[in-house]
Amino acid sequence: MSVIDLAIHPKAPGLQKGRAFPIVIVGHVDHGKSTLVGRLLHDTDSLPAGKLEQLKAVSEKRGLDFEWSFLLDALQVERDQGITVDTTQIWFTTQRRRYVIIDAPGHKEFLKNMVTGAAQADAAILVVDAVQGLAEQTRRHAYLLHLLGIRQVAVAVNKIDLIDHDEQRFQAVAESVRNYLADIGIEAAALVPVSARTGDNIAVHSPQTAWYRGPTLIGALDAFSARALPIEQPLRLPIQDLYRLDDRRVVVGRIESGRLKVGERIRFAPLGREAVVASLESWRGNAGRHQPREEAIAGDSVAFTLDEDVFVERGVLASHPDQAPREASRIAVRLFWLDKAPLKAGDRMTLKVGTTEREVEIEAITEALDVESLSSADATQIERNGVARVILRSRRPLALDLYDSQPRTGRGVLIRGPQIAGGLVIEEVLQQAAHAIVAVDSSVTARDRVAVNGHRGGVLWLTGLSGAGKSTLAMAAQSALFARGRQVAVLDGDNLRHGLNRDLGFSDADRAENLRRIAEVAKLMAENGQIVLVSAISPLQQQRDHARTIIGADFHEIFVQADLATCESRDPKGLYKRARAGEIAGFTGISAPYEAPRAARLILDTNRHPLSETVETLVDYALRSFAA
Amino acid sequence: MQDDLDQLEAQSIYILREAYSRIRPLAMLWSLGKDSNVMIWLAKKAFLGRVPFPVAHLDTGLEFPETYAFRDRYAREWGLELIKDSCPPLEATDPTLPHNSRIAARKTLGLKEAIAKYQWKGVIAGIRRDEQATRAKERVFSPRGDDGAWDFRDQPPELWDHFAADLPDGVHMRIHPLLHWTELDIWRYIQREEIPVVPLYFANDDGKRFRSLGEIGITFPIDSRAANIEQIIAELEVTREPERAGRAMDHDSEDAFERLRVAGYM
Repeated sequence: MSVIDLAIHPKAPGLQKGRAFPIVIVGHVDHGKSTLVGRLLHDTDSLPAGKLEQLKAVSEKRGLDFEWSFLLDALQVERDQGITVDTTQIWFTTQRRRYVIIDAPGHKEFLKNMVTGAAQADAAILVVDAVQGLAEQTRRHAYLLHLLGIRQVAVAVNKIDLIDHDEQRFQAVAESVRNYLADIGIEAAALVPVSARTGDNIAVHSPQTAWYRGPTLIGALDAFSARALPIEQPLRLPIQDLYRLDDRRVVVGRIESGRLKVGERIRFAPLGREAVVASLESWRGNAGRHQPREEAIAGDSVAFTLDEDVFVERGVLASHPDQAPREASRIAVRLFWLDKAPLKAGDRMTLKVGTTEREVEIEAITEALDVESLSSADATQIERNGVARVILRSRRPLALDLYDSQPRTGRGVLIRGPQIAGGLVIEEVLQQAAHAIVAVDSSVTARDRVAVNGHRGGVLWLTGLSGAGKSTLAMAAQSALFARGRQVAVLDGDNLRHGLNRDLGFSDADRAENLRRIAEVAKLMAENGQIVLVSAISPLQQQRDHARTIIGADFHEIFVQADLATCESRDPKGLYKRARAGEIAGFTGISAPYEAPRAARLILDTNRHPLSETVETLVDYALRSFAA
Repeated sequence: MQDDLDQLEAQSIYILREAYSRIRPLAMLWSLGKDSNVMIWLAKKAFLGRVPFPVAHLDTGLEFPETYAFRDRYAREWGLELIKDSCPPLEATDPTLPHNSRIAARKTLGLKEAIAKYQWKGVIAGIRRDEQATRAKERVFSPRGDDGAWDFRDQPPELWDHFAADLPDGVHMRIHPLLHWTELDIWRYIQREEIPVVPLYFANDDGKRFRSLGEIGITFPIDSRAANIEQIIAELEVTREPERAGRAMDHDSEDAFERLRVAGYM
């Protein structure tokens, strides 16, 4: 085997362009990951000028021989304690392509940082100490690589100089690593005997290991292929947000898989509404170099309009109607747990898949995995850094895929408090379990209702000028709250005049009676556990105070604010025009007064903020105010 | 078909839209350098031509005249809601810091004041992992304590582009949409998109140009003949000099930059 002359030469300039191939370096603490990174940079001539001298100085200052690891262990605590705390990234270039190395800490304490780093990689180098062999974190890291979806793994059997470059001893370690990886479903692309400290078999074959016939470590890296974008898979487009552009509603999100074309019909799960993509929108930038697009593919962040005004919000998942995702409220997942506090059956937290967030309950822990022996056991709780199979249950269904068929929408995270507490892949969709049926009759107490509904009832009384946006807001908030499993209803002043209040006119007395009846109905519904959105101009403070007296503490006065000129220009029902023409007497804002609330609980300014924002504010307020 | 710049752009747009959807009130820091110009450009793409939050220049009064001229021109042309409050004076900074760091620390204090004044819950900053080793350890969504401090010992996990955005009271989020870009990516994107930059980046007749642009007195030009974007790209492809070599504040002491960042610097 001749020594291959690789990499210790200036690279062709074109290689600096193009996507950097992300690789993660994992393994047990002290097996030599950070040193390996330093060696890779040095041997590919990728170190910045002055860096070597700087590292020498830093090493000497701490009374150490030259430490490659200081290249990446930039934090003082890392240098002083000699361990990597957090993941980091650095670039290098071989003769084939540019790489970004993600260095992940090997210390058990910092597994969440290892996961953060590894989740971004297309391939991995698993570093194993030739003297110590497989250690606890080697196994855990390898298992997590598999769960994180990384299938391309090269093994660096490091410190080969410490076992005297001995073939038999290398083969023994390599065999045990190969077997463990095979057990968890990873086929190692190469097992390379290396010494990060001396450079054996990193960029060039070492004369010390003439018996070794495989690739150098860099040769093994260069043989990996970049992860392909899932363009040919079914369309999955989690919706991020809605913007208003001039008078058009624009839906935005990133295509996780498949293609999206103008003119296609798409379906939004879990609500199931459908519409046709009318246009793909973009900002043109300079010089008109952007042509209007007709198609977008996986990886693209898109903005599009629809031919109809169907209800869409953040969290729904767009697909083609004939290739829709699953909808489930009970799923079996495989998860890794990262939170300091253990995971227990019965715990409640937020599940996030794509842009959907749902409150879920941990129905059961069905198995806890011992990564050492790969055996499963029963467990009532999962400690930090543990791996388990768990059943999750939500009150309302969410749109998702199985990980095996659609990885990008078949995985998610659990959020507890402000942080991500675990990651998971979805293995199975389960039937909804039979719930205990609670008889709904007069003997049901408010507490029973809260227990079943998961929230309290109450009234959000939306007041404001005609055209301020009360009904639009109420309807949008109703949909959003309904989608989150809330018992919710709208009482619209105009609609009620067709039935309950059709005997009433617009005299002062009739208007007062109109509002009294709405308040009484809202009260009944709120006592029944509902969140009631009342949409009524209710122009006078005294009228609203009366409603408050009827409803009590659960009355929330909300001011939907927009100046008269704006309302008049919107004029959704043509009423301002008729009022100006003198056709309607006593029209609020034109010929009758409107008294703005003195102390509204919430002000929603529809002049200054887009609908999506005011709806979100209102929904957040409702979720907070009526939490169980 | 997407090339690597399309992929970088799409990822940044995704991050900006996540931030805008989940964290309000939100603001973007505009240092007037090449990276933050790219960031504003990406925001215009993400929000279809309009930057829907204020853009803040933490003004030390020490920018180059060309930089101020650039700010005033493009704030207008790009239709930005510009905030340009002055940073507190040098005397207000931590006196134990090295001198050059103290000049930079004025921006940290300026940012703290602005967060208190405008009640921002999210601040978008254009830092990149390849600039500096402590920045390489950053998260895309990086929570800061009530004093703006970065708890690098215990950063939250972040995976598969899921960003936890709920914040306890008194905490704000730094959002880093350019974290995955390199210096060369930035220049190639500036070239492709024809994004304007301060002319100080281009070599003058004396063979000097700024590779990294900061305050007068702590930022120095490098020797270079690169007088246009194409030449800058060619230079970066072969250079071995680090990008921030001309930034005095990075080199005061081994941990100078880490101390700045832990205290809340960008």
